[in-house]
Amino acid sequence: MTAITHPETTISADPALPVIRITREFDAPREAVFRAHTDPELVVKWLGPRSVTMEVERWDATTGGGYRYLHRRGDEAYGFYGSFHEVRPAERIVQTFTFEGVPDGVCLETMTLEDLGGGRTRLHVVSVFETVEGRDAAMSSGMSYGVTQGYEQLDELLAS
Amino acid sequence: MVVDDRLSRVFSALADPIRRDMVARLASGDATVNELAEPYSVTVQAVSKHLKVLEEAGLVTRGREAQRRPVHLEAEVFDLMTKWIERYRREAEQRYRRLDAVLAEMAESGVERGRTDIEGEAS
Repeated sequence: MTAITHPETTISADPALPVIRITREFDAPREAVFRAHTDPELVVKWLGPRSVTMEVERWDATTGGGYRYLHRRGDEAYGFYGSFHEVRPAERIVQTFTFEGVPDGVCLETMTLEDLGGGRTRLHVVSVFETVEGRDAAMSSGMSYGVTQGYEQLDELLAS
Repeated sequence: MVVDDRLSRVFSALADPIRRDMVARLASGDATVNELAEPYSVTVQAVSKHLKVLEEAGLVTRGREAQRRPVHLEAEVFDLMTKWIERYRREAEQRYRRLDAVLAEMAESGVERGRTDIEGEAS
């Protein structure tokens, strides 16, 4: 039996450009990874943080389509919406992303699926924000999840 | 909320290209205000203003030597930035591990037809 090692997510945030790049490999063909991004019944199983429930209001993953979903935690609800600019089966999804809490901020996300052969796929995501500040604010909003997930090192650092 | 305040000060301090450049230069060693001002076509006063923003964000401190008062980069804050990006990465990694699980389920239930066909041919 072969132990399958999943290459972990790599991420880079350019200090000067409002861009985040993410790369991750999957032990599945491109068609499956694509379908997990476009079929809302599959999307809800993985997209939202574990601490929230994800409720899809609209999900039309076709070129010119759009989406809106809510993350619910207790009485709180956070809305997210965007347009699918281009959806090219098994190859590429270009979409916008807006958090309703920051309605003036829009992020352009380009996802590319690279066939690695042998039923493996590499996912590339390039997120372009309007400004470096907007990018940093979006990234730092992950802090709240991070804190609840118990990464204590940073908390210690901040307390010092 | 202390956390958010400090982070937002760090981020807005680094949003300016001159301030980012100054921070990059300080990473290789302390420098005086005059030394920092040299490469820019702005006044020493303007550089001092930029320094004040970096100081308030906790990114740099000023030495106490009587005349020189060299500017020192607080590496601790950079550790903070690095850890913050690492958190974001971990968050993405957890999301993609859930996607791994969804993809495994899809393969098991034979939803992903192409793969089954390839395995069929191979056997």
